[in-house]
Amino acid sequence: MATTTAAIHAPVQAESGLWSWITTVDHKRIGILYGTTAFVFFLIGGLEATIMRLQLMRPDNTLVSPDFYNELFTMHGTTMIFLAVMPLSASFFNFLIPLMIGARDVAFPRLNAFSYWIFLFGAIFLNLSFFFGGAPDVGWFGYSNLTSKQFSPGHGVDFWAVGLQILGIASLAAGFNFIVTIVNMRAPGMKLMRMPLFVWMTLVTSFLIILAFPVITVALVFLLFDRFTGTNFYVPAAGADPVLWQHLFWLFGHPEVYILILPAMGIISEVLPTFSRKPLFGYPVVVYSGIFIGFMGWGVWSHHMFAVGLGPLADSFFALTTMLIAIPTGVKIFNWLGTIWGGRIEFKTAMLFALGFIAMFTMGGLSGFMHASPPADLQQTDTYFVVAHIHYVLYGGAIMGIFAGIYYWFPKITGRKLGEGLGQLHFWLNFVALNVTFFPMHFVGLLGMPRRIYTYAPHMGFDWMNLLSTAGVFGIIAAVLVFMWNVSRSLRHGEVAGPDPWGGATLEWAIPSPPPAHNFGTIPTVHSLDPLWHREGPELVKTANRIGGPIHMPPGSHWPMASALGITLLLSGMVFGWWLGIPGVLITLYGIYSWAFEPCT
Amino acid sequence: MRFRTHPMMFRRLMAALLVVLPLAFVAGCSMQDYPQSSLHPHSNYAQWIQTLLEQLTFWVVIIFVVVQALLIYAAIRFRSRPGAPDPKPIHGNTALEIGWTIAPALILTLVAVPTVLTIFKSQAPPPEDALQVRVVGHQWWWEFQYPDLGITTASELHVPVGVPVNISLETADVIHSFWFPAMGGKRDVIPGRTNRLWFTPSDIGQYPGQCAELCGTSHANMRMALMVQAPEEFQAWVAAQQLPPIEPEAGTLAAQGKQYFTQGQCIVCHMIQGVSAGVIGPNLTHVGSRTTIAGGIFPNDAADLGKWIINAPARKPGAKMLSLKDMAMSPEQVPAIVAYLQSLK
Amino acid sequence: MAVATATVAAHEAHPTSTGLNSRKMLFWAFLGSECMFFGSLIATYLVYRGRDQVGPHPHEILNIPFTSVSAFVLLMSSLTMVLALAAVQHGNVRGTRIWLAATALLGMTFLAGQCYEFTQFYFEGLALQTNLFGTTFFVLTGFHGTHVTVGVIWLWTLFVMAMQGRLPRERALDVEIAGLYWHFVDVVWIAIFTLVYLIQ
Repeated sequence: MATTTAAIHAPVQAESGLWSWITTVDHKRIGILYGTTAFVFFLIGGLEATIMRLQLMRPDNTLVSPDFYNELFTMHGTTMIFLAVMPLSASFFNFLIPLMIGARDVAFPRLNAFSYWIFLFGAIFLNLSFFFGGAPDVGWFGYSNLTSKQFSPGHGVDFWAVGLQILGIASLAAGFNFIVTIVNMRAPGMKLMRMPLFVWMTLVTSFLIILAFPVITVALVFLLFDRFTGTNFYVPAAGADPVLWQHLFWLFGHPEVYILILPAMGIISEVLPTFSRKPLFGYPVVVYSGIFIGFMGWGVWSHHMFAVGLGPLADSFFALTTMLIAIPTGVKIFNWLGTIWGGRIEFKTAMLFALGFIAMFTMGGLSGFMHASPPADLQQTDTYFVVAHIHYVLYGGAIMGIFAGIYYWFPKITGRKLGEGLGQLHFWLNFVALNVTFFPMHFVGLLGMPRRIYTYAPHMGFDWMNLLSTAGVFGIIAAVLVFMWNVSRSLRHGEVAGPDPWGGATLEWAIPSPPPAHNFGTIPTVHSLDPLWHREGPELVKTANRIGGPIHMPPGSHWPMASALGITLLLSGMVFGWWLGIPGVLITLYGIYSWAFEPCT
Repeated sequence: MRFRTHPMMFRRLMAALLVVLPLAFVAGCSMQDYPQSSLHPHSNYAQWIQTLLEQLTFWVVIIFVVVQALLIYAAIRFRSRPGAPDPKPIHGNTALEIGWTIAPALILTLVAVPTVLTIFKSQAPPPEDALQVRVVGHQWWWEFQYPDLGITTASELHVPVGVPVNISLETADVIHSFWFPAMGGKRDVIPGRTNRLWFTPSDIGQYPGQCAELCGTSHANMRMALMVQAPEEFQAWVAAQQLPPIEPEAGTLAAQGKQYFTQGQCIVCHMIQGVSAGVIGPNLTHVGSRTTIAGGIFPNDAADLGKWIINAPARKPGAKMLSLKDMAMSPEQVPAIVAYLQSLK
Repeated sequence: MAVATATVAAHEAHPTSTGLNSRKMLFWAFLGSECMFFGSLIATYLVYRGRDQVGPHPHEILNIPFTSVSAFVLLMSSLTMVLALAAVQHGNVRGTRIWLAATALLGMTFLAGQCYEFTQFYFEGLALQTNLFGTTFFVLTGFHGTHVTVGVIWLWTLFVMAMQGRLPRERALDVEIAGLYWHFVDVVWIAIFTLVYLIQ
């Protein structure tokens, strides 16, 4: 304990080396681990997309086999959702939530480390499938009964189902942790309605995670039982209904959509006020609409299933609930416009991405509104129109929001700003390329091109629009390369940021960049929503940086990592066999017991 | 594009302006350029959807233009300029916020009403006099049965113009989705369920369709065609299909082919009425009358049929039909079998 | 021992925004998640009820008197759990040990009953693969049984700690959280017993 107390005076983390990262329980380091790992998977998912676009570049193309193509879009979807966007959001949760609410760490630092490690192992396990008999090829939604042993005899589906279970543990653990952190670890005076909007969206997202993931856990348990023990959950011959899978999957899947987008909405709700020099317009309404979206997200799942034939009553009900959810979404967009209205807008890269988010998310929201109407949806579902829709929401929305966050908080994380010139180039390349890639998909879909087809005939009129989409991908690749070059350059030569490069309003800007291991010398007391913009600001900054007494920081621990490894081995034993499963059980038990009895402060 | 369903002149004008803008090039181009287009309705059902889509597009384009215009205006008007004063710290405006909650709610109501009406109209029971068709999805081809006419065929669905078609949808294996964009929305084909769909084709012509739900390796190759025919033409087709299969004359190549067909493994999967009883693959009783083979992906000519018989899985990945080698048959038999199958008009 | 006390002290030292203990709050969140888990399992059982193509059907095989007894046993274990918590909160070392052991033993009795029931069903022709009833019944009650098993292991761990004198009054929270879990598993059983056994 003496060592950690001594270490707090050093401005940067004293410990370094691989072991310190493996055993770290510091939320900032875990955030960085999450971010870099997720970015690698973002690149892998992008590579998969690129191969698909090359295959679709022209009709009757033979670059890849149909089975490999099916693997590509399954892994692209699964990777981007579970291994890129979610953990990128988690990276922001980790790094920022304690800083924004004025805490020294999350409520359960070791559980936090465990989340990261089990995410990493699950992600690796899922991707190992490429080298062990083929990746899953049934779509990221894995509709039963195509996933049955009869129609998918290989191990791909097993890798997918087990992999998602492992990743689910990571998400659940993080969800519990952030709920408790946000509810219980706020600085004195930070009432719920004084929390930054990003914190609010994290809280709503965490609730969605802990309530939605058990549902897919059960759906996957059924699938695994069917495949490994011959049960009848999805076996039509035994009287079962494969549509059960769709209900369970989308009961998880639609909240999952908000799990992906709400954090990005939170990010831009921080970025827009800072660069408009104006507080968020209608803060309570934005908060309530976020909560309302979170609630309503549970009542719309069947709009993914209009083609199933649920009957006119169910179709009407889910059409109306889906349209209802457009209202709080629209309110958010208008409140963001209200925020920049009358402001003094500085077009820093982060701001460009945030404005780009509004433009592109509106686009995706409106096409979503079009297939909220079941008759229209029946022409659009399972076509490229929906591919365009989800990419405007998830690429134009979630990913652009995440980039806004990266440009905004990079100085806080590293102490240096990202280059503005390269940043602007990144934004414009990305903005143009994403529209070149995804806009034609609206039309190619309406003109009758289904999703998930590895080839199309030449006389269908799909040719030039597909070629255009493929060309756009190279623009996206260029944009991502510019970003990576910018990061690697800025880490070494970037402008030194200081504690508050943008004139932000929230607590994280009160402390040095990068923050010391203990974050705040003294936990400040908060009196308003934008403390640093108020008269209390200068005093608060002084308090936050004054070390008032001995600070206990939790020591590192390797047990979370060991437990995560054990659980992964245990579950991968289902695919690889008992020789991996049994050591997994032993490591898990030993890891968890050692963790439980390890002193944690 | 048709707007005759819009009652008011004003709406017609606005719709013409706003809908045509984003869909301009689609409207301008013909069905020949985009044969599988969902924007060129050729049935009552597709027309209902089209009308609804036009209303949706109308509002969507308005909202899109308003939001993007406000965004661009704000970005330009309120950009940071040297010497500009600090902005007023406005925290909100209740009246404004109530306003922009109610406005979308009103638009939603305007769209929700026709949506619900169209749902119930399109899912109402079909007219009594409808032509009954049973569709069975297979990996990766479509089977069409006319229970009242005693006809079973594959990949090409013949219907008469102006007559309602009542389709029941089933599957032999996994989930598929039945979709002829020109006829209206798609409907999933689900194991253990019988789904329904009906429409009245309004124009004579040939319309492509294909499976719209991922169903395995050759999902992309599960295509089909709808032949909407004049009533007398359809009657002629029905009459021809109801005949027993043509018996090749003794001594011809086709007769030799029939012998190979019945002695080989073909009969395990394929039915030719009175000749073989297989039900796994498509019914071949009148295979010579179809324009395509292999789930609608190859033309039904001697060359393609021959290549198909020699090695089907090589031509269509995942195809369940065995290659000639796996059926222990020899390539010399192929021309005769092709001749026989082509004779089955 | 010293380490354990230090941990407790450190925990108490951090006041929380709500005044509620963070571990307890984590556990409540976990139970919320568990509700969705069992909710999905139970809903599946209900959706598939009566869709079997072949027997045996529930009314032919479920032994309500027997399961009523084991349900009663599990209910009683909730009572002993309450007594265990009261004992540890009052620093009653002997009571803590007795009631923890009693709870764990009652839990094990329930599990033994479930093992007997499963075996019995198997010999009467109901396996996991037999029909939809077998599939949904065994997986639902099996997952509940797994939860009871975890609870029993947890209780014995606490018991061993109590025997070693590592469960002083200051660590009553450890018992309280185990108790939350135990009561939750009990309540789930009441739901399962009602929906699966009583309302056929």
